[in-house]
Amino acid sequence: MATQRSITALGLGLAIAVLTGIAANAVARSNDPIEIPITIHYSHYEPAAVTVPVGRAVTFVITNTDPIEHEWIVGDAALHERHRTGTEPVHNARPTEITIPALSERRTTVTFPAAGSLQYICHLPGHEAYGMVGTVTITPGG
Amino acid sequence: MRHSRLSRHGRPGRWARIALGVPAATLAVFLAATPALACGGLIGPNGAVNLLRTTTFAGYHDGTEHYVTAFQFAGGGGEFGSITPLPGVPTSVEKGGDWTLQRLVRETSPVLFDAVRASAAASAGAEEIMKVKIDALDITVLKGGAADIGTWASAHGFRLPPDAPEVLDFYAQRSPIFLAAAFDADAAKARGQQVGDGTPVHITIPTDNPWVPLRILALGKTGGETVQADVYLLTDHAPALLPIPNGSNGIRLDASQRASDGLLTDLRSDRGMEWIPTSGWLTKVAVDGTAGQLGYDLAVDASGAGRPSAVDAGLALPGTPPVTTPVDITRLLLALGFVGVGLVGIGLTGRSWPGGRPLAS
Repeated sequence: MATQRSITALGLGLAIAVLTGIAANAVARSNDPIEIPITIHYSHYEPAAVTVPVGRAVTFVITNTDPIEHEWIVGDAALHERHRTGTEPVHNARPTEITIPALSERRTTVTFPAAGSLQYICHLPGHEAYGMVGTVTITPGG
Repeated sequence: MRHSRLSRHGRPGRWARIALGVPAATLAVFLAATPALACGGLIGPNGAVNLLRTTTFAGYHDGTEHYVTAFQFAGGGGEFGSITPLPGVPTSVEKGGDWTLQRLVRETSPVLFDAVRASAAASAGAEEIMKVKIDALDITVLKGGAADIGTWASAHGFRLPPDAPEVLDFYAQRSPIFLAAAFDADAAKARGQQVGDGTPVHITIPTDNPWVPLRILALGKTGGETVQADVYLLTDHAPALLPIPNGSNGIRLDASQRASDGLLTDLRSDRGMEWIPTSGWLTKVAVDGTAGQLGYDLAVDASGAGRPSAVDAGLALPGTPPVTTPVDITRLLLALGFVGVGLVGIGLTGRSWPGGRPLAS
């Protein structure tokens, strides 16, 4: 009888431990950044529109397949207006402003604090007019 | 001649658009079935056009293309350049003759001769197969794909416009040979070159692949911007062209005539132009459309066969089988059936006629 109780207790303990582990892992994974790949080909973003949850870390993996340099700068209209007349030769100091050299990949992690819509644009001369524009839609509710 | 625009020395002001609003003028001369080359304009680091015009002459004789283009200095300083796709590996790049290009323009536009001013208009993996310095021009012949050429340009301080990746791919699929020309405006001024002075360059290219690059003229321009150029062809016979210059597709046929003895004699008397033959057919194709229209090159069949290549025109990829009318088996069998019925009918008719002779005995 005592042996049976011991086995039952051991089984319950193991089950609790396993369930606790699974739950902890799930919580940890829910906090991992969402990974979104963006390819640059022929001076266009593919995809040109992405949707992300507010308040959640998002890692953008940006692959430049072109033999020329590009940028990925995400922000509101005021930020883009500043970049249209800016003189900063190379970015990467801020996660929302990335320079991607020719034929290379860059990763950047961004957490968008508020719902809404932002644009990502390459502000190298002529690139925006050529169509290097994309949209990030930030949805509420995480 | 195919020039892609490059700016050198880093990043222009962000407000500066890589766009060339100056019309391009190109002269290309064929003496047989061979490629002629169109020229695009060049830009400086601030996006401004520093060359008034690049004028081009390309002729073909005995399996060799002789190509002459001139880079005209329009003032300014610093360095800027161009990349020109070539149909094959050149055997020589040297200083061109003095009056060939001007004489060609005068042949079809004598009244406007003095006023003609408008413009014309590779990686570490790229193989540098020739380097030549002509006056203020540093010329490098490159072999490689689009990525190679683009990387080479970046490594040498040039910045390509955003449409360059697609356009370089467009050309590299047909010929991996490009000519990069870096123009040192400071050196030009030091040499005493005045605004409007041209540096002619003569490129000799063995090839049997005829086309005139036109799409390169639109490089760096937005779809609605105007592209203007003059393409002169001199061939042994009246050439067949693809696309047909109909005026509504961005190109039109301005002249088609036998080349005069005077023109040929004048061309032949210029430096390095003794290869000019004794007869030829002169064609002038005017490029006058939007950048969005110029998604093609001009294929030329000067052999008299009347079959310009869709691949050379950029309308089909290399290796694409020629379009042929598929055999409709059903119709073929139906036609054979009708023939059979007809023969049987004739046979029966012959037997039934009085005095008729049987088909078989």
